[in-house]
Amino acid sequence: MERLPNAVKARKLLTPWLFLIAPLVLLIVFTYAPVANMLVYSFTDWDGVSPELSFTGAGNYVDIFTRSELFQVFLVSGYYLAASVVQIALALYFATVLSFDVRFRNFFKGVIFFPYLINGVAIGFVFLYFFQDGGTLDSVLGLFGYESDRAWLGTSTSANVSLAGVSVWRHLGLNFVLFLGAVQSIPGELYEAAELDGAGRWQQFRYIIAPGIRPVLSLTVILSVSGSLSVFEIPYIMTGGATGTETFVIQTVKLAFQFNKTGLASAAAVVLLLIILAVTWVQRRLVPDDKVDLV
Amino acid sequence: MNHRRSHRGLIATLLAAAIAAAGCTGGGASSEGADAEAPDDPSKVSGTITVLTHRTDIVQDGTMDRYAEAFNRTYPKVKVEFEGITDYEAEVKIRMNTEDYGDVLMIPAVIKKNDYPKFFASLGTEEERSEKYRFTDYTAVDGKVYGQSPIGVTPGFIYNKRVWREAGVTDWPTTPDAFVTALKAIKSKTDAVPYYTNFAAGWPLAQWTTVNGSVGCDTGATTKLAEGDPWAEGADLRVADELLYDIVREGLIEKDPTTTNWEASKPRTAKGGIATQWLGSWAIIQFRQAAEQAGADPDDIGFMPFPAQQDGTFCAVVAPDYNQAVNVHSDNKPAARAWIDWFTEKSGYADDNLALSPLKDAALPDVLKDYEAAGVTFIETEDSRGGEVKEIDNASEVGIYQPDYRQELVDMARGAKDGELDDYLAGLGERWTEAATSLGS
Repeated sequence: MERLPNAVKARKLLTPWLFLIAPLVLLIVFTYAPVANMLVYSFTDWDGVSPELSFTGAGNYVDIFTRSELFQVFLVSGYYLAASVVQIALALYFATVLSFDVRFRNFFKGVIFFPYLINGVAIGFVFLYFFQDGGTLDSVLGLFGYESDRAWLGTSTSANVSLAGVSVWRHLGLNFVLFLGAVQSIPGELYEAAELDGAGRWQQFRYIIAPGIRPVLSLTVILSVSGSLSVFEIPYIMTGGATGTETFVIQTVKLAFQFNKTGLASAAAVVLLLIILAVTWVQRRLVPDDKVDLV
Repeated sequence: MNHRRSHRGLIATLLAAAIAAAGCTGGGASSEGADAEAPDDPSKVSGTITVLTHRTDIVQDGTMDRYAEAFNRTYPKVKVEFEGITDYEAEVKIRMNTEDYGDVLMIPAVIKKNDYPKFFASLGTEEERSEKYRFTDYTAVDGKVYGQSPIGVTPGFIYNKRVWREAGVTDWPTTPDAFVTALKAIKSKTDAVPYYTNFAAGWPLAQWTTVNGSVGCDTGATTKLAEGDPWAEGADLRVADELLYDIVREGLIEKDPTTTNWEASKPRTAKGGIATQWLGSWAIIQFRQAAEQAGADPDDIGFMPFPAQQDGTFCAVVAPDYNQAVNVHSDNKPAARAWIDWFTEKSGYADDNLALSPLKDAALPDVLKDYEAAGVTFIETEDSRGGEVKEIDNASEVGIYQPDYRQELVDMARGAKDGELDDYLAGLGERWTEAATSLGS
């Protein structure tokens, strides 16, 4: 084989990297460098502003794992986990229904996806009014003749359920679009064949759609679990973590910015990252990602 | 050619660079200990200075530029630029990791007092400045002063005079019990919400910590926080927290505290929908403006001290607002210093905000005429150990300057959370004193 001249060889090597420079620089500057920073801080007692910091070894990690109350907030994630079950079920239902011929199909697709496009902070503010005493929710219930005199964010359970409900409303759209894409990628002949064989809608779902979207389903479950563990925007904006709605991330933010324990908060963030990685790993072991073969 | 190895090499290099960058936390302290001396001749001092301020409202409406114009009549060669920052604390805290945080700025609460010499240029000795100015010990480190607040504020209840009159209460309550009784009268005789917690905004609950000093009329109240249990029987914070608890437990607050709205609470108070809120004298002007906008009578907005008396008189603690300081890295220290001196003494900023003047010989503002008539004693708490109190607060994660523990207290009082007040306050006290001990004070 003929050897290429050195210059050409170098160019061949260099070209892909030139294309990669922009995304790599962005990725490193805005993702890896801050994460590396955080890792370094997690071994220090830095307060977030002082020019001096000292290394404390694993002190912050010892602190986190010896203070059980820091992990109690994960109970709140249970509400969001339960909510994501509802969310996935709803998304699956809508995706299936809207993948068939339904009137105003595109309109409903838009309605379901729209909330996902709104900024989470804005959603927080909107729903504060929604849950207010005499607010939108109360007036709507009033139209149906149900006079509720309930403080929706008033007790811990009620507040967490309400917030989880907002979360479902917001994230349903993303799940729905993922499912819809997967459902529509299933070849149409399969349904026809199934119909000829006398399969009803439920059987079509059970034996064609469900296995066909399994990879997307398992991805969605992983995203939902890690999302439930790291809920932040909605409760932070709406209640600030008051009335038993504090999540692990809110707690971490408070450690860093209220009590100026940037070192400890960085360690908490690293711990959360490890927990999510571990949960994902376990999940992948339990439900391996098999190749799907419908035909 | 082994592609795989070269990839790894590159990624390793990039990661190493990222980690090296991670090691830096910002500027060294080379300028530490610099002084910002006042210029002798106003006509000679020159330069452009940037002033960082939390008052975005008066930057936007041009008030700040009018101050700068007036300043230029004395200091014609100094150009003053303003940078209003909405999320002042968080943003300036991060900027202070660099050297670029304006020439003049308000000292963020997060900066530890002992770090002041690393960030700010000294304005002079405490001995010399305290003859003329109030609040010098709030920013003094080793005898040198690093900041000066342009106004003084005193905490108190903003209340609607008309509503209180309608309820038949004309004299300020003198004990917490009498205060609760007054609120009960408001509840039964008027339509107003007797007390509005502003629970959702949170920070108005944190204001209750400013009660410290007014109950015992003690200038050493801050030192007491550093030395003992703030929730010991009869201690100022305990008295305050018990009053708040009682108000909530008696159902004298808004129906749903979790969805309160601070901005809307101002016109509601002005119009008589809300009777009382614990805030501070700084809020009077905002409530009066809200009254004007809502078409209510601004004179209905009243201000009263915490319901506790020592020897038959009320006590009001005067404390600084944000302290203005000169960036130690500034290239225009004389001009920056000139701005702070002028703004503190000659700008009229304190009068414009109906606030107390930072000058010791100044008269009380009109809004506190009621205080003068009632013979309220004004005290300043000594702040030499204020830095320590903040450190204990952070270490213990109690957060006396944060809303969280009082939000829990309110939840407990209204039955949304289990627990007894005594146990709860005892628990806070235990955490506090433990942290104080472990910090070795």
